[in-house]
Amino acid sequence: MDNRETIIELKGISKVFEDSFKAVDNFNLKVKRGEFVTFLGPSGCGKTTTLRMIAGFDEPTSGDILLNGKSIVGLPPYKRPINTVFQRYALFPHMNVYQNIAFGLKQKKTDKETIGRKVRRVLDLVDLEGFENRGIHTLAGGQQQRIAIARALVNEPEILLLDEPLGALDLKMRKEMQLELKNMHDKLGITFIYVTHDQEEALTMSDTIVVMNEGRTQQIGTPEDIYNEPQNAFVADFIGESNIFNGMMTGHLKARFCGGEFKCVDDYEEGTHITAVVRPEDVEITTPEKGTIVGIVDSVVFKGIHYEITVLSGKNEMVIQTVHSAHVGERVGMCVDPENIHIMPAEDHTNQFYADISRDFQLEYNGHSLDTSLTKMIHGSRRLDDGRVVDANGEEIEPSRIRVLVSIQPGDIEMTDEQDRGLIRGTISNLIYKGDHYCYIIHTELEQDFVVDDEYLWNMGDRVSLLMPVDKMTFAVRRK
Amino acid sequence: MHFSRKSLGIPYAVFLIAFVLAPLLVLAFYAFTNGQGQFTMANLHSFFGDPNTLGTLFYSFAIACVTTIVCLLLAYPVAYFLAMSRIANKTVVLMLFVMPMWINFSLRITALKEILTVIEGNLAMYPFLNAVIGMTYDFLPFMILPLYTTISKIDGNLREAAMDLGADNMRTFLQVTLPLSIPGIVSGVSMVFLPAMTNYVVLDMLYNSTYIMGSLIGSYFAAYNWHGGSMISLILLALICIFTLLTGSGEEETARGGAML
Repeated sequence: MDNRETIIELKGISKVFEDSFKAVDNFNLKVKRGEFVTFLGPSGCGKTTTLRMIAGFDEPTSGDILLNGKSIVGLPPYKRPINTVFQRYALFPHMNVYQNIAFGLKQKKTDKETIGRKVRRVLDLVDLEGFENRGIHTLAGGQQQRIAIARALVNEPEILLLDEPLGALDLKMRKEMQLELKNMHDKLGITFIYVTHDQEEALTMSDTIVVMNEGRTQQIGTPEDIYNEPQNAFVADFIGESNIFNGMMTGHLKARFCGGEFKCVDDYEEGTHITAVVRPEDVEITTPEKGTIVGIVDSVVFKGIHYEITVLSGKNEMVIQTVHSAHVGERVGMCVDPENIHIMPAEDHTNQFYADISRDFQLEYNGHSLDTSLTKMIHGSRRLDDGRVVDANGEEIEPSRIRVLVSIQPGDIEMTDEQDRGLIRGTISNLIYKGDHYCYIIHTELEQDFVVDDEYLWNMGDRVSLLMPVDKMTFAVRRK
Repeated sequence: MHFSRKSLGIPYAVFLIAFVLAPLLVLAFYAFTNGQGQFTMANLHSFFGDPNTLGTLFYSFAIACVTTIVCLLLAYPVAYFLAMSRIANKTVVLMLFVMPMWINFSLRITALKEILTVIEGNLAMYPFLNAVIGMTYDFLPFMILPLYTTISKIDGNLREAAMDLGADNMRTFLQVTLPLSIPGIVSGVSMVFLPAMTNYVVLDMLYNSTYIMGSLIGSYFAAYNWHGGSMISLILLALICIFTLLTGSGEEETARGGAML
């Protein structure tokens, strides 16, 4: 299966829009002939932009797209052997079903008889025989969807692009179409590149999943890989439900998190800060004596095939899916098989930004003055009577030639509703629950992302102001 | 006193009866009577029997056709590029095209007359051309606006779908954009063609000797021939009704197309 040839290769493509928004950042991917690849990510992660670059509607700002080894960058969409199924179908309202499907073949000057035969064949494929003369507006959503697929497939493209094609359908229809699309893919052997934000859809249908966030690839792998071995907290949180904890390696194959020491199978050096992921179905409830950690049952919800039990262990919260019920308030032990603990080195979330230096050598950021000055940062420097600053050797320090890099830890930043209180305002663009606190990403008005840890729940899209105490900051002076 | 919603319609009903219905009846009465108040078809016969009046009808028709086509050819590219462009202040640009409408009509035409006099010397040399220029100048915004609205409303995905399916820019325009902008064309054409048949004030102000239907009716009334003038008015009314019905049924067809978008 793996020795199939590569049909399309994306080499380091980036897309920056006119308003300098970086939609896709250094995206690399090889797709094999006949593969079913899914781009999965939240809205605005760059998956549709990547698809549009493959189709030819957008050109990459940098990087190359190779189709069968040849670059197709700059080739207009109508010259690419690639067809698209659009999110809202984009069927031509002034044409009937037959004319819609025949559109592509007509452009290629195919003779009428062949067109007729091929149109009937794809209509048969999508189970809509005899619909040739129907007007588009007389069709239901699911039928329009099938016509859109038929219209793309009739051209026998080398690659079929599908941009959230099932997004507008109801749940039942969506499940049906997922299976049908998968069957079609198996039957036709055409390469499918599929875009969705629905993780279940991606897991059900794909050979390979590309998880994306904020324009960057987070992980590429089979559905099993992505689910069982997420490479970072984002993937773990986005795919399926997860308990995610910050912790530390305490010895060989031993990790401490969620208030207990667990055996694990991932080996990192002792003292390494880690992120541990435990799937809710992998946690076993036992007696308090037998458990690795102990906690109090906080809630029990019946979900049909299992119970979802939330247990509070100290400040940490563990979500468990099990077929056995428990009582709220009960003291229980919890253990996890070492195989089922997924450990990855913690991402360094130190926030860094450059401060401005004002005329009187005060540090400023975003127009707010930081209560410290340059002389405190450069050892032995002092301010002369005429206003100049010299270093320990008496050489003048030119503020325009140096920069000050400020670092602050996520836990040291506080968020507030009062927009004018903090140093900088921003919008919460991402949040991940980490057992005893939430990890937020705040996209600021200066287009920088800050990571903030906070134990209280804020919402996506909340406008917040960031309070950063100067005594928690560390400063590094850099020469330009 | 009981006040129902229907009573709100009374003022307009009065207006309608006094200024539309009653004059129409008077018009019909005059058209089919002679000086002695007797019923006659003579006015009808004299209209279709007189080569001069028939000539004027065809001449008006020709001017209206040419004006409409020129307006369409000028307005379509403007509306198309404006609708397609990604400039931020589209409404401002659109306003620039509509702005001449804010200047008083007679001032505009007088200015045009002066310009044409400078260019052509003697306005009487090119009556047909000047009639078309004057009317195009006056009616162009009525063509641009509906076209712009219709083209803007066409889903951009449809053009991308066409390109995706192998149609280059030209074919995408001919097979997708143009057919889908027909509702705008129909409404623009009816807004330009009908006034172009009758609006002789433009011509009068351009010192244009060209006779169109409007001028013909005016001359009958000026000569106190109420009966002949009324008949011509009635015939013109009938022609306009037919034209409106034709484009109206077309509009319904295309409106359905628009609703599907």
